[in-house]
Amino acid sequence: MTKTEYQVVGTRPVRHDGADKVTGRALYGADFQMAGLLHGAILRSPHAHARIVRIDTAKALAYPGVKAVVTAADFPPAPDKLVDFGEGATPLAYVRGNVLASGKVLYRGHAVAGVAATSAHIAEEAAQLIEVEYEPLPCVLTAPEAMQPDAPILHDGLRTAELGEKAQGRSNISEHFRHILGDSKKGFAETDVVIEREFSTATVHQGYIEPHNATALWNNDGRVHIWCSTQGSFVVRDATACVLDIAQSRIRVTPMEIGGGFGGKIPVYLEPVAALLSRKTGRPVKILMTRKDVFEGTGPTPGSYIRVKIGATSDGKLVAAEAYLAYEAGAYPGAMVGPGGMCVFAAYDIPNVTIDGFDVVVNKPSTAAYRAPGATNAAFATETVIDELAEQLGIDPVEIRLRNAAKEGTRRADGPKFKRIGCVEVLEAVRGSEHYQSPLEGPNRGRGVAVGFWFNVGLPSSCTINVNADGTVNLVEGSTDIGGTRTSVAMQAAEVLGIPVEDVHPSVVDTDSVGFTAVTGGSRVTFSTGMAACEAAGDVIRQMKERAAKLWETVPDKVEAGRGSFRCNGHSATFKELAAKVGETGGPVVGRATVNPRGVGGSFSAAIADVEVDPETGKTTVLRFTSIQDAGKAIHPSYVEGQMQGGSVQGIGWGLNEEYYMSRDGMMMNSSLLDYRMPTSLDLPMIETIIVEVPNPGHPFGVRGVGEANIVPPPAALANAIYRAAGVRMRRLPMSPPAVMEAIWSK
Amino acid sequence: MQWFDYAAPRSVAEAVSLLDGRPDARILAGGTDLLVQIRSRRRTCGLVVDGKRIPELNELSFDPAAGLTLGAAVPCYRIYGDRAVRSAYPSLAEVAGLIGGTAIQGRASIGGNLCNSAPSADAVPLLIALGAQCRLAGPGGGRTVAVEQFCTAPGRNLLGAGELLVSLRIPAPAPGFAAHYLRFIPRNEMDIAVAGAGVSLRIQDGVIREARVALASVAPVPLFARAAGEALAGKTPGPEAFHQAAEAARAAASPITDMRGTVEYRRHLCAVLTRRALEAAAREVH
Amino acid sequence: MQSKVHVRTAINGEPAEFLCEPRQSLLECLRDLCNLTGTKEGCNDGNCGACTVEMDGRIVTSCLVLGVEAEGAQIGTVEGLARGTELHPLQKAFLENAALQCGICTPGFLVAAKALLEQEPEPSEARIRLWLANNLCRCTGYDKIIRAVQQAAREMKEARP
Repeated sequence: MTKTEYQVVGTRPVRHDGADKVTGRALYGADFQMAGLLHGAILRSPHAHARIVRIDTAKALAYPGVKAVVTAADFPPAPDKLVDFGEGATPLAYVRGNVLASGKVLYRGHAVAGVAATSAHIAEEAAQLIEVEYEPLPCVLTAPEAMQPDAPILHDGLRTAELGEKAQGRSNISEHFRHILGDSKKGFAETDVVIEREFSTATVHQGYIEPHNATALWNNDGRVHIWCSTQGSFVVRDATACVLDIAQSRIRVTPMEIGGGFGGKIPVYLEPVAALLSRKTGRPVKILMTRKDVFEGTGPTPGSYIRVKIGATSDGKLVAAEAYLAYEAGAYPGAMVGPGGMCVFAAYDIPNVTIDGFDVVVNKPSTAAYRAPGATNAAFATETVIDELAEQLGIDPVEIRLRNAAKEGTRRADGPKFKRIGCVEVLEAVRGSEHYQSPLEGPNRGRGVAVGFWFNVGLPSSCTINVNADGTVNLVEGSTDIGGTRTSVAMQAAEVLGIPVEDVHPSVVDTDSVGFTAVTGGSRVTFSTGMAACEAAGDVIRQMKERAAKLWETVPDKVEAGRGSFRCNGHSATFKELAAKVGETGGPVVGRATVNPRGVGGSFSAAIADVEVDPETGKTTVLRFTSIQDAGKAIHPSYVEGQMQGGSVQGIGWGLNEEYYMSRDGMMMNSSLLDYRMPTSLDLPMIETIIVEVPNPGHPFGVRGVGEANIVPPPAALANAIYRAAGVRMRRLPMSPPAVMEAIWSK
Repeated sequence: MQWFDYAAPRSVAEAVSLLDGRPDARILAGGTDLLVQIRSRRRTCGLVVDGKRIPELNELSFDPAAGLTLGAAVPCYRIYGDRAVRSAYPSLAEVAGLIGGTAIQGRASIGGNLCNSAPSADAVPLLIALGAQCRLAGPGGGRTVAVEQFCTAPGRNLLGAGELLVSLRIPAPAPGFAAHYLRFIPRNEMDIAVAGAGVSLRIQDGVIREARVALASVAPVPLFARAAGEALAGKTPGPEAFHQAAEAARAAASPITDMRGTVEYRRHLCAVLTRRALEAAAREVH
Repeated sequence: MQSKVHVRTAINGEPAEFLCEPRQSLLECLRDLCNLTGTKEGCNDGNCGACTVEMDGRIVTSCLVLGVEAEGAQIGTVEGLARGTELHPLQKAFLENAALQCGICTPGFLVAAKALLEQEPEPSEARIRLWLANNLCRCTGYDKIIRAVQQAAREMKEARP
C-alpha cells in the first residue's frame, strides 16, 4: 500500500491566531468593552435544596449605581415544550430553571437573581442586598441515595422513563435504560473466572482557566446581540431564544475567543440574564463569573456509582459482562450515562452483555459534558476489572486486551456495529512501545495500562471560502476555536486547493454571518468542519475550472486540477494566476459547503502509567506516562499530541486528586483553584505520545476526532499502576493520598 | 468587594495611629491572604494600612551574635534570596520557598503568614522550632512575645487594638544546631498543608542537647509540641529517639476531619513528618 | 467620603497614570482602566497565575495587588514582550512548539517564564516546572510549555554575544 503524499496535511504550521494569542491582543469574552457598558452579578443560593418563599429586591435596587435587578419572574410565561440543542431533548422549564431558579433552588450556587450596576463591585455588593427567604429542604447528594424510595425528591413532576415506558410515581431517576447483547446469564455459566466489583467516582470539573462570561445588548430595534466565550455560538443563540421566548433570528451571537471549555461551555448560564438586564436598562450588560461561581454554578461532570462484572475462560477469552451505571445528573436530568453505556465495554468483543444505566438527579450543579462525557467513569471500572482478570489468569494485561479487542464488525451492546477502528493497532502500539518494553525498577513502583473509547460525533458544519485576487483565500467558519482548529480546518482547505496554508485566512464569525454550525464538541471540528472546508474548497476548484475553461475556450470537464495548478490542452495556470483573473472571467469566486457527515470514526486511546507510591503517606507520583491514540489521520501532529497530553493530564488529575468535596448539607468545601487540586507543572513528567493512524473511511483525509478519547484511560491506568506499586486495588476516585493510605492500612 | 480606604504610612508610629480606634483597619503586607479574604467576605475591612513603606517592616538583617531581624512585610523572595539567611538559616530559606508559588512569593511575607494565624501556616512551626520572638508595636508601646504564644485560634492572634507585628527576631544558630520543616500536600506546590512538622535540634558530642517540635494543621493554632522536643533531650540522635518524638507529636496533635484529611490520617502524618524532619535536621548537623 | 486615587506608575517602560478605587486590583486597573486586556483573570485569588505581571522586577499575581500599590512602580505585562514587530524568543517558541491551545493562560506563562530566563538563563526542567507551578494550564498538560521555555532559553543563549 502506498502512502498518500500530502503537501499540507501532516505538517506543523504556526497557528493563524498565534500572534494575537502570544501578544495579549486576542479578545476573549471578558475583554469585550463597549460604550455605556453596565456590569452584572448573580446572586446564588446558599442552600443545596430549598423552597424560595419570597424575594425582595428593594434594597438592592435602591443601592447607588444599581440599574436593574432580574429574577425568574422576569422571564416570559414558559411554554411547555421540549428543546434540543444537540445534546438531547430537555423540557424548556429545566433549561430556564437552571438559568434562574423558580420556586425552588436545587443546589448550592443555583442562580436566583441578576443585578446590573455601573461597576462590577457595586453589582456584587447589591446582589448581597437582595433578600431571599428560603425554606430549607433535605438534600440528597449521591445517586445511590437519591434512588432510595424515601429520598428527598427534587422535581415533583419527574417520572422515570423505565425501559422506554413512563413509570408512575415521583422519583429522582429520570431514566433507566438497558442494552442487551446475547445472554449474559448464560454467558457467565460458560466462564472459568468471574470478577465483579463496585466503584464510585467523584464529581469533577472541566477546570478551564477562563470563567464564563457574557455581554448582551438588547438593541433599540428589538434585536439582541450577545458576545461571549462559548463552544457553540448557535447553541447560545437557540437556547437564549428559547429561554426568552423570542425568535432565533432576533439574536446574533458573536463568539469571542474562548479560554477552554472541554464540554463545560456548551450550556447557557449568563447570556439570558444579561439579555434581560439589558432589556430593562437599555444598555449593554456584561456579566463575569467568579471562580467560585464556575465551580458552584456551572456544570461539572457526573459523580457515579458503577458495578461491573466480567467473566472469562481460562485462556483469557471474555465471554460475558454486565454493567450497572448510576450517574448523578445534578439538579436536572441528563447525566451522560447514555455515552457511559455506549463506551463501557466498547473496547472488547464480548458476545454476552447486559448494561443498565440510570440517570439520577441530585442536589448538585446540573452536570454538563466533560471530554468524552461518561466514558472515563465507565472505563475506570471496566479497565481495572480487566486488569484483575489478567492477573488471575496469569496473562499480560495488554495481551488479554488484544485477544478480546473490538474490531471492524464487532457489535456493541448498544447496537452499532463497528466500522474500521484502531483498537487493535492502538494496543499493538502499546505493546511495541519503548515505554512498555522498558523495565520499571525500584521499590513502591508499578506500571499500569488501560484502554478507552470515544465514539465522536459529526453534526452540521458550514464553511465559505472567498478567493482573493492575490491568490489567497478567506475561509469563514462557525466553529469556535478552542485549541487550534482554525489552522487544522484551514490546512484541509489548503490541501484541497493546493496552496500554502499561510494563504488561507480563517475567521470564526458570528451567527448572522455563517451557516448553522453545531458546537465545538464531540471531537468534531477537525472532522466535520474540516470536511465542510474540503467541500467548500472543492466548490472553489470546480468554479476555478470553469474560469480556466472560459480563458482557454474549453469546457470545465476538460480542465485538470491538482496541487494548485490547472491544466488543459497545453495551457496551464497556477491557482494564484487564475485567481488574478477572476474579475475578468465572471467576478468573485465563493466556495460554499454545508455538511452533516455520517462517516464519523470513533477513536481508541490507551495509556501507560508508571507510578511510585509513598507507603507512609499514600501519595502517588507519576514517574512516566505515555498516551497512545488512533487519530485516523493527524492533520496537525502537534495539535494531536497536544490533545493527547492535555486529556491525559486531566485524566491524571481526575484519577489522583480532583473532586467536589461536599459537606453533608451540600456545600462544596473546596470551590477554589487552591483546594480543587488540578495538576500543576510540578506534578507531572513529560507526557509521551504515540499517534496511531488507522484512517477513517468517512473522511477525505481519514480524520477521526482526537479531542476526547485520551482522557478515558488514565484513571484506570493509574489505578492499575498503584496496585502494582502498593498492593491495593483502588475502586474509588480520586485515588488521593488519604484514600490510598486507608487502602494500605486495611490491606 | 466592599469599599475600603487605603493608607501607606511611613513609620510604625503613623501606622499605629492609623490602626488605633479603627477596628475595621487591616494591615496589608503581601496581601495574598488579606485581599482574598476581603473579596470572599471572610473578613470585613474599612481601611487597608499598607505596611510595605515602613522601614522597620522591611528590615532583613543578620548579626552573628544577635541573630536575624526579619521585618514583618519582607516578601519571601527576599528571604530565600538573602545569602546570610541561606547560610545561617537554610530551613527558613526553604520554607519561604514553600509559601505559594513564585508569583505569590513576590509578595507574601512570613510576618503575614504569622498574622494570618491559620493553623496550616507553613512558616509558623519552623519559627517556633527556631525559637523566634515577635516584636509588636502598639498604642501602649512595644512588647515581645514568643511565636508559639502569638496565635490564639484559627485566624486569631493576640494583637490588641492598634497593635501590629513589626518584626521577628530569630536567635543566632548555636554550633550543632539545625532545623527543618516538612509538610504534606497532595500536589507538589500551591497547596495547603494537610499536616506539617517543624523541628530543631542542637547536637553536641553526639547527644541531643535541645530539641523543639511544632506542628501545622493539626490543632486550632500552629502547635508547639513541647513534649516531643523534650523527649529528645539527652538522647542519641537515631531511629529510636526519633520514633519516640514522632509518637509524642502524634499524641500532641488534635486534628479535625475536613477536605484536606481525616483525624486518623493527620495524626499518622504528624508522626511520619516529625520523624522525617528530624532525620533531615540530624543529617544537616553531620 | 469615598474618593478615587490618582496613581502614577510605569507600564511596559512608558509612564502611565490612572484614577482608581482603592479596592480595585492592579489586574482590574490594567484591564479596565488602561485597556491592557492581555493580562487575564482566572481565579482572582492568586492560584491560577493567568494575571501574572512583573512589578519592580518580580513576578506577582496582579489580582492580589491593589492598583494603588502601583504608585511609583514599574509594571511589565504581556503587551510589553514583543519589540515592535519582533516577537520575544519565548513568544516564538510558544508558537513553534504549539505550547498554547486556548491561550488564556499564555500571557501569564510568558511573563513568568521571561522573569525566570532573565534570572536563570539555563534552568533545568525541574527548575522550570517549579517556577511555573504558580501558573495553571488546563489544555496542554504542560509538556509543550516546558519544551518551549527550554527552546527559548537555548535561543536566547545563542543570541547572546
